[in-house]
Amino acid sequence: MIGVMTAHGYELAVDVRGLRKRYGDVTAVDGIDLGIRRGEVFGLLGPNGAGKSTTVEILQGNRSRDAGEVSVLGADPATGTRAWRSRVGIVWQDESAPAELTVRETVRHFAHYYPRPRDPEQVIGLVGLEAKADSRIKSLSGGQRRRLDVALGVIGDPELLLLDEPTTGFDPAARRRFWDLIRLLADEGTTILLTTHYLEEAEALADRLAILAGGRVVAEGEPQALRDRFGTGAAVEWTEPDGTARTEHTETPTRTVAGLMRRFDGEIPGLRVSRPTLEDVYLRLTGQETVR
Amino acid sequence: MTDRATTTTTTVSVRARGGDGRLPGAWALGLRRGALEIRQFFRQRDQVVFTFSFPVVFLFLFASIFHDDVQGSGVTASQLYVPAMMASGIMSTSFQSLGISIAVERDEKALRRLRGTPMPAAAYFLGKIWLVLFTGVLETAILLAVGTTLYDVPLPTSAARWLDFAWIFVLGLTGCALLGIAISSVPRSAKSASSVVVLPFLVLQFISGVYISVDSVPGWMLDLGALFPLKWLCQGLRGVFLPDSAKVLEQAGDWEFGRIALVLAAWCVGGLALCLLTFRWKTRRDG
Repeated sequence: MIGVMTAHGYELAVDVRGLRKRYGDVTAVDGIDLGIRRGEVFGLLGPNGAGKSTTVEILQGNRSRDAGEVSVLGADPATGTRAWRSRVGIVWQDESAPAELTVRETVRHFAHYYPRPRDPEQVIGLVGLEAKADSRIKSLSGGQRRRLDVALGVIGDPELLLLDEPTTGFDPAARRRFWDLIRLLADEGTTILLTTHYLEEAEALADRLAILAGGRVVAEGEPQALRDRFGTGAAVEWTEPDGTARTEHTETPTRTVAGLMRRFDGEIPGLRVSRPTLEDVYLRLTGQETVR
Repeated sequence: MTDRATTTTTTVSVRARGGDGRLPGAWALGLRRGALEIRQFFRQRDQVVFTFSFPVVFLFLFASIFHDDVQGSGVTASQLYVPAMMASGIMSTSFQSLGISIAVERDEKALRRLRGTPMPAAAYFLGKIWLVLFTGVLETAILLAVGTTLYDVPLPTSAARWLDFAWIFVLGLTGCALLGIAISSVPRSAKSASSVVVLPFLVLQFISGVYISVDSVPGWMLDLGALFPLKWLCQGLRGVFLPDSAKVLEQAGDWEFGRIALVLAAWCVGGLALCLLTFRWKTRRDG
């Protein structure tokens, strides 16, 4: 239960300093610093190959690191004991559960691994698999399997839950249900770290997020603050009297609109003033910005 | 409003927890894993049929093709094949089935998932030992039933011989099981697992006196076979189920129970060390 207190008085569940990992000639993680506060939902966002999965695997204790200090719930994951592992829940990216067992058998069995497990029946209900409780795992759909993965991740009642791209391959309805589940767990006080390359997912769930690109953190903070900090300026769109559509990017949209008001008599046709979305910020920061 | 009320109720109720707050012991978890492994095994029909029928079919083929009296030994070739196929059956239910199934579990990342839980590694190995004990006893009972009814192999009459049977079975099975767990780390993927495991098993069966009687196998091959548990398992089972007149066929002219115990026990200890040192929870490409 001993955590690290930051200068701002937050207790950190995860504290990472200068983390590095290379695979041969490829630097996957190139000096990452992260501080995840107890009880928050933290999103690790980035395109494929940004170093998200490597970082999470190091936090899980499933991958070695080349350099840096890592503290997860006060311990180094590289030397994580059984007691430490009982406090960390993992939801894997592409996982297989025993195909011949039923959902109920599997969840009940995994509960026995932990010192203080949740009630298996209630966990099955929590992930919405009551109707499938007696079905063999091999008969489950992809989305149902992911929900089973979550059930196995939370059955030990973890203080910290690590989810690596949990909703990849979900249909929109399944994703919404999954979000509700994550919010429910967060409301209960579980600290949650989730990686995703879906921006709307990070925005919907995360209290704070870090954007990764090329193995580095390029931005970190609350979604709104990131948008305010990096999403400066606005786009002013209108239609000229001859019918051509115009767009002007400006730091001073009000002045632009005032200028237009002088030129046009009355209504400005097709007027639209838009602030950059978090997606614009994300694409710019990860170097994937599209030309407009 | 309704939604909110429901959510609150769920939130409260899912906090119900079991357990006594202590980490469960490896022995107790090993028993639970064993029960689960056995249940999973018997739900895979093809695997059950294949595993149990293979040595029975081979016993039937060999013992029916070769059935003459073996010179000066007082036994027929058919009778020689009964303990030989029992030894082979023990090794196939332990070495072969574990070698392949664990490689598949690793490839499917089921092992990595277990590694992410507080389950101790020993519980996993114990569960596998329980599984092979269970399937090994069944396999041996089937072969024994076929051997005694079709090929006139007498059951031991003294308690001492039954006791010999028991320790030879347990030590041989455990040694082969550990060797199977160790070899499961060799294949790079599930696809290559059966070739990697079956080839050495086939070779061992030829040089350990399973398919070819020990008095026909060249000495240097037998010496090579003697480095592994199968040769000693075969020899021990011949000692249990054949009359002493058949000792003349043995390389040493004796059953050598003492040496069998020593070699098999050494394989149990060495195999355990090998497993602990080389066992991988992830495939090589997972790092």
